[in-house]
Parts: sequence; structure tokens; C-alpha cells
Amino acid sequence: MGIHLPPVLAFALRRLLQAVPVILLIMIGSFLLLKLTPGDTVDALVGDMGGADPAFVARLRAEYGLDQPVLVQMWRYLSKLAMFDFGWSYVYEQPVSTVLLDRLGTTLLLMASSLSIAFVCGVSLGAFAARRAYSLTDNVISTLGLVFYAMPSFFLALLMILLFSVKLGWLPVGGVATIGAFYTGWDKVADTAMHMVMPTMALSLIYLAFYMRLMRTSVLEVSDLDFVRTARAKGASPSRVMFHHIMRNALLPVVTLLGLQFSTVLGGSVVIETIFSLPGLGQLAYTSVVKRDLNTLLGIIFLCSIIVVIVNFLTDLVYAWLDRRIDLK
Amino acid sequence: MTPAKPILEIQNLRVALPEGGDRPNALDDLTLTVNEGEIVCLVGESGSGKSMAAGAVMRLLPEPHVRVTQGAVRLDGQDITALGQREMRALRGDRLSMIFQEPMTALNPQKTVGWQIDEVLRLHTDLDRRARKARVLEILADVHIPDPASTYNAYPHQMSGGQRQRVMIAMALVLKPRLIIADEPTTALDVTTQKQILKLIKDLQHVHRTGILFITHDFGVVAEIADRIAVLRLGELVEQGPAAQILNAPQHPYTKALIAAVPALTPPPEKPLVDAPVVLEAKSLRKTFAARGGLLSGKRAPVVAVKDLSFQLRRGETLGVVGESGSGKTTVSRIVTRLLESDSGEVLIDGRDLIAASRRELRALRKDIQMVFQDPMASLNPRKRVIDLIAQGPIVHGTPKAEAHARARELLSLVELSPAAADRFPHEFSGGQRQRIGIARAIAMEPRVIVADEPVSALDVSVQAQVLRLLADLRDRLSLSLLFVTHDLRVAAQLCDKVIVMQKGEIVEAGPTSRVFADPQHSYTQSLLASIPGRDWEPPVQALAVK
Repeated sequence: MGIHLPPVLAFALRRLLQAVPVILLIMIGSFLLLKLTPGDTVDALVGDMGGADPAFVARLRAEYGLDQPVLVQMWRYLSKLAMFDFGWSYVYEQPVSTVLLDRLGTTLLLMASSLSIAFVCGVSLGAFAARRAYSLTDNVISTLGLVFYAMPSFFLALLMILLFSVKLGWLPVGGVATIGAFYTGWDKVADTAMHMVMPTMALSLIYLAFYMRLMRTSVLEVSDLDFVRTARAKGASPSRVMFHHIMRNALLPVVTLLGLQFSTVLGGSVVIETIFSLPGLGQLAYTSVVKRDLNTLLGIIFLCSIIVVIVNFLTDLVYAWLDRRIDLK
Repeated sequence: MTPAKPILEIQNLRVALPEGGDRPNALDDLTLTVNEGEIVCLVGESGSGKSMAAGAVMRLLPEPHVRVTQGAVRLDGQDITALGQREMRALRGDRLSMIFQEPMTALNPQKTVGWQIDEVLRLHTDLDRRARKARVLEILADVHIPDPASTYNAYPHQMSGGQRQRVMIAMALVLKPRLIIADEPTTALDVTTQKQILKLIKDLQHVHRTGILFITHDFGVVAEIADRIAVLRLGELVEQGPAAQILNAPQHPYTKALIAAVPALTPPPEKPLVDAPVVLEAKSLRKTFAARGGLLSGKRAPVVAVKDLSFQLRRGETLGVVGESGSGKTTVSRIVTRLLESDSGEVLIDGRDLIAASRRELRALRKDIQMVFQDPMASLNPRKRVIDLIAQGPIVHGTPKAEAHARARELLSLVELSPAAADRFPHEFSGGQRQRIGIARAIAMEPRVIVADEPVSALDVSVQAQVLRLLADLRDRLSLSLLFVTHDLRVAAQLCDKVIVMQKGEIVEAGPTSRVFADPQHSYTQSLLASIPGRDWEPPVQALAVK
């Protein structure tokens, strides 16, 4: 290549180029899939109004461009999307981008908090269990992991609501803020945190169990490697061997899984947001499907694919930083 | 010279194995002394417990499953079996250090070389950062690493195997320990590198008067480096004494047998094979591992593995392909069996081209050229019985099942395995027996040519001798031709009528083994031959062993 870029930048540029066809394919696929489903926005609107005469329905269709062939509709949509114009949501009577931006924060907050809790707790519990492998501690941790792992998140969510909100009354049942309280400053932060506790737990526990099991196996595996023996032959203490020699090497498969699972967490948030009535992208997706709000739905898909692409890119960066043998090429 | 002071005294050491093992003790009643400035070689085959001895001295045994049940280990007179974990940690790396076999895996891949040597200083000294760095650079220079300053910041994967082993040695030496335990430190290295590392260990040990307990299975290396030798068999010390005595006049029958199994460096006399028909012919073979990637992914430079390689193999002949790692010798074995597609050239078996053959023709041709692989464990399907493994090939080629099975049983006796072996699974056999199964599998197809890729390099020396004898015997009885790929020049000398010496994908020298070994022309061949460990030592029992 003629121009010399720093490796990270060149890598980023290449990944950006690779992302374009990926996202394009996702959008085309989803558009066609959604067009295959019976019913459209007009059906949903007319249904809400309790019926209307055929001439009005036909005019409405023509107005929204729904009378055109599917390929023409797709072309129109994609050419607008190329300029980051997401279109108009006929359900919310707002531009889709506004609707999306309103909801993005809540979802990102939920995902970031549950993934970080899952990752940090999973990794430390897993490492801890591996260090005391086959002891009582290990068995207790592993059994707990199995329980979390086997429990569907919606069921866990309902159980928690029953216990913490209904019986004990410690935590709010749903929503993201106490209605009518109008907190500001730190009170608002504390209030939001209170509301996020249960959704975050419900979403993170299953992933926590994943990371824990993987980390435990990984630590046990790395502990048997030659360089760990070298470190012990140098006179390093068990905790030093764990932190400096085992952890970093054992983290690699966990990071891989973290990147891969990000998209599943997005999917899982649909359920959780609906149960806890959090105004996030997941809940929005659910209502958009019911209302046949195609523009909003496609906007969510677009946004999610971008998030996943970005997260995969970040995972690769973290991976390269953790594993010195990998060159960013 | 005053009588040397003992550094390490192992007295009546017994290490117990978990119950249900093949024997109750890994080591039984081991008594051994290493004096100041002395290299004591602990020699034994796999399973002899030699690595357990190292583990017991370092107190790095996988306790509580494997533990010391009796005896004492004294370092400078202090019994270290009685020390607590903390005191033991203070000792390790400081007065007692260790060099491991695999330089590839013995260094942490995520930390720089400098950090890893520095860790020893951080653990055992009060030096500040600057002083530590100076010391690390100094020790890197001592082990002759070019450009210590840049090596300090290098990661292990950025260095060659030999350089990594130098780093390991630097790490072991940085605090000038009293005793170094070297566990097969050169086994994973090429011969020329091995020679340099052995010299380095010897030189540094001479300067620092360190005692070295050198664990190895290779009598060539022993002859090169040992002051005293202790021979271990199944956890028991069978013989120990000064190097010259053990090497040249061993007393115990096991030592005699071990030394007799070391392949002599005298190649067989040239065979008059000129009129035998050419069975396998390779013409200007070429293989390049292509540059990968393009616009959307990373670029990797193309690697030429084999360039313009030609050779002829006559009936009943053994052609050795020798070279160091990366010379392309394994690629050659893969191309002539068409397990790997070559870029250009011809491989003729009895005049039929294997490279240009269609799928159907290829299948027929494969019958004539069979492979024996290096790792007898990995190359046999663990879920199949031996008889099925051997009969599978003929059955695929249309032999009726009953006939193929009968033939497989015959082959078992041909490779000197009992007929009862037929209904067992591969994991029930030792390495040598598994390699025999591999050979039986190959000759079941009644091939013209057998391509053997390092078939004995995973085996103990006594087993290796048996397998080599079997191969030579079968070759003569069935008039097979052997293409024998090896890195071990002793093995090549033992078996091969002709050798080709490869370096970086090219043949640098070819000819009858006796001529190449006696009078090497190319400088690379000369340096290879000069690097054979213990080349000046002629195993003495050879005369006795020949009955």
C-alpha cells in the first residue's frame, strides 16, 4: 500500500469497509423478511381506528408509498438510509431517529451494566473456584452457576419482582424513574440505579454463569502450562502466579465469548425491558412489531447491527491488547 | 584441585505415586550427589522418573497425589524437604533454579522477555528498577543474545527457539544460583542450536562454579557435557559413576543395552543398487505457501517451502531426507504422497504421474505409496480396534472383509506383535508398539514405497533401535523402498543408503550416506555433522551387541 497508516487506524479503516456490505445485507434481508409478514402499518392503523372504507385505506397506502412494488420500496428506503435518514414513524408521529435516540440510552445502560457485572463477577468467581478446584467452595460456586444457567431470565425476573417488590417492597416494580418525583442531580442517579437493579440482575445472571464456567475451565487449563511452572520455579507466590501469569492468558476465551454474546444480550433485553417496562430499544422493537411500524423496526435493526459491529471491533482491539501474539492486520 | 564441595545431596529419596498407578513409587531409594562446578547427567527413558527427581528437588511435585515419602534432599547441607512453602519460595529462583525442555511454552507469551527475567530479581532482591534493568541487560549479554536492549522489550513469540532457550538460561542464571536443574533443555532444538546451547551451559557453569543436574534421554548429549552420569530405570538408580567410565565401560546390563541402542555414526556400506528399477521419481517439485490476504484483510509474505526438488528412489533403497526445522523436509513427504498439492513438478511411481492423476487414478496410486507418521498416538483413530485400523485400507480398495482381517493378523506377527493385539484399542499399547501398528497399517496396502516422516523421533532410544531394525528388515524382505524424513543424523546414518540434505527448501547436498558423512562438501552439511552431540564418542558396546 502506498499510504502508511498506524496499524490500529488501518485496521479500523478495513473493518469499516468490511462492515458496509455486512450491514447492507442485514438491512436487505430484514426488509424482505418484514415484507413477507402479513399486514402492514395501514392495517394496524385501520385496526386501531376500528375500520375504515376501502378508498381511504387505498389513499393511505398511496400516501405512505406502500402501493409500490417491494423492490421499489426497498430501493427508496435504502437510498434514504444511505444518508442516515431513518424515515418517519407513523405510530409515534416523530422522526424515527428521535424515537431511537430517546430509547438508546436506557438500553445501553442496561446492557453495559449487566455485561460488566456478568464479566467482572463471572471472571473473579471462576478464577476463585479454579484456585480451589474440587473443594467445597468450588462446588458451591459451580452449583450456583448451574442454577443461574438453567433459569430462564423472564422467570428469574418474575421471581425477583415477587420477592423484592411485592413481598419486601424494597425495589420498584418497573420503569426507569419514579413517576412524578422529578428528581435532579444525585437523587436522579440514585433513583435510576434503584430501578435498574432488578433488570440488570435478571439479564446478567445467566451470562455470569457462562463466564464463570468458562473462566474456571480456562484457569485450570492455563495452570497446567509450562510457563506457570516456570513462574513457580522462579519462586513466585501462588497469588502472584495467578494475577501475573494465569489470569491474562485465561481471559482470552472469555473475551471471545463476550464479543460473541453481545448480540444475544441485545436479544435478551427485549424480554427484560418488556417485563420491567423499561423504555428501551427492546421494548420499542416489541411494540413496533405489534403495530407494524416498519420504519422504526428497521431503524432498530440498523442501530443494533452498528452496535454489534462496533462491539466486535472493540473486542478485537481488546483481544490484541491482551494477547501479544496477535498482530492487527 | 581441592576435593569439590557437594552442593546437592539426595539421600534415599522415595517419591510415591498415587495408588493404582503402574508402580507404587516414581523414585525408590535414590541417592545422588552434585558437587560444585560439576555436571551430573541423570539419564533414563520415558517413565524412568527422571523428571520426578527434578520435581522433588524443586519441591514442585503435583502434591498431594505425588509426594516425597522418605529421604532427604540437602542443598549446601540444609535439608529442604523440611522447609515451609514460604522458605522454599525464597530458595527457588535464587539459589536453586531450573531450565525446562520447551522454550516455546516455558515463557509467558503475554510478557516481555525483560519483564520475565526482571521478575526473578523483583522476587529475590531489593534492587531498584534501574539496577534491575542493568542486571537483566548484563545477563542477556552473558548468554550471547544479540542486541540485549531490544530483546528486553521483545515478546517470546518474536524470537527463535534457540534465543528463547537462551532467555530461559539467562533467567535461571541471573542470581548466580548454586544449583541448576536442566530438564532436557536441548531436546526441542535443532542440532546446530543444540550445540551452541550446550556450549553456553558448559561455559557459564565453568565460570560460576554452579552445580548442574542435567536430565536427558540422549546419550549423545551426555557424552558431550557430563562429568558424572547416573542411569535411572523405572525409578531405581542402576548405575552411577564418572562419565568416561559409564560411557566406555558400563557395568549394568541395562546401561549396556541403552548404550548399545544408540545408533552409531557409521553408515552402512554403499549398496550396489544401480541396476534396480527406479520406483519413485520426483522431478523439479516446487511448493510455495501463497501470500494471503488482499484489500480487506492482512497481508502475509509468500513462503517458499520447497524449490526445484528432484530425486530418484530405487527398489529396496532407503533415501534419507535430513535437515533442520523449516528446511522443507516434511513438505517433501507431504507432496510426494499428494497430501499437499505441489505448485509444479512431477512425482512418478513406476512411471505414472501422481501429481497429474485424476481423483480415481490417485486412489489407485495411493495403494503404492503409504505413509508412517511421527506421532503414533495421534495418527491412529482411538475409537477403532487394531485389526480394523490395519484392514481398513485394503477393505476400502475392495478386498473382502474376511480376507483383509486374516491378512491383518498375519501382518501383526510380521511387525512382531502378538495376535491378541488385534482386538485391542491403540491406547492400550506403548509408543513403540503403536508405531509397529502404524507400520503394519502402511504395509497392509502392499505398497511399493513407504514414506516415513520422523517415525522414531517420539520413541525412547531402545525402542527406536527396535523399530529401525524392523523397518530395515521389512524393507529387505518385501523389497520396499523407503523415503525416510528425519532430523536425527544418527538415525539417518543407521538406516539410509542415500541422503539428501535440505536447507531452506533446497537440496544442498545429495549422495550415498557413507560418502556424505565421511566427506561432506557443502558448508551446511559440514556444520550439521559437526553439531551431532557426542560425535567424538564411539559407543563401545556396539561390538558386544552384535551377536
